[in-house]
Amino acid sequence: MQLDYFQLIDRIVDLNLDEKTIRVEAQVPEHHTIFEGHFPGFPIMPGVLLTEAMAQSSGWLLLGVMKFERMPFLAMVKQAKMRGFVSPGQLLTIDAKIEHEGSGFAVTSAKARVGTDLKCSADLTFRHIPFPDPKLRVHMDAMANKIGFPAQAMTP
Amino acid sequence: MSSTFDQVANIIAETCDIPRDTITPESHAIDDLGIDSLDFLDIAFAIDKAFGIKMPLEKWTQEVNDGKATTEQYFVLKNLAARIDELVAAKTASPGA
Repeated sequence: MQLDYFQLIDRIVDLNLDEKTIRVEAQVPEHHTIFEGHFPGFPIMPGVLLTEAMAQSSGWLLLGVMKFERMPFLAMVKQAKMRGFVSPGQLLTIDAKIEHEGSGFAVTSAKARVGTDLKCSADLTFRHIPFPDPKLRVHMDAMANKIGFPAQAMTP
Repeated sequence: MSSTFDQVANIIAETCDIPRDTITPESHAIDDLGIDSLDFLDIAFAIDKAFGIKMPLEKWTQEVNDGKATTEQYFVLKNLAARIDELVAAKTASPGA
């Protein structure tokens, strides 16, 4: 994770475009200023960041399904449940699945685990639009390469 | 079996917490019921699932923006129900589509 840049996903472990599922890993840093305030003596990952990690996982899945022709943006979070604490240094495994593909929107469900322990889950809705700026597409391509997004899933 | 309008009205009432008895076939989802685009995503999700269709919201929005259609054609509920019936019929006619 590069929390300062809001890049929460480290690597794609599995992407199945037929099943419309993704599994990613996200390494929570051992040290970060966030943990100095959240909380002193009891550092834990904020729930909003866990939710964002689930959203980014879903976003990569949607990018793959849409062949990087459209960019998903988080629009709605439902049933967000923080089921257990996530501590500095823990490795998150996040699974996301597309539940529905609508016209201009999609709904996913996501779960994050540490080992086999389910830590959080949510149902997420995204709007998606054609890339609003070429710079964003270039950035997403670079990020995709960085996190091991399968190259064959990036082209129509 | 309830009508398409009744199913849509029930979905709107539940999704947007609008009293069911205020929703009529003549209600305009945006102008009368105050449903915004985000709430309409929720409604579209529920309608898609309930009827097994994919409402072409982007196409409809484009038609309205281009002046080729009015919002009344898609967002007055009796008209929305008719569009849904058309989509269901088209799906039934070509189930593989």
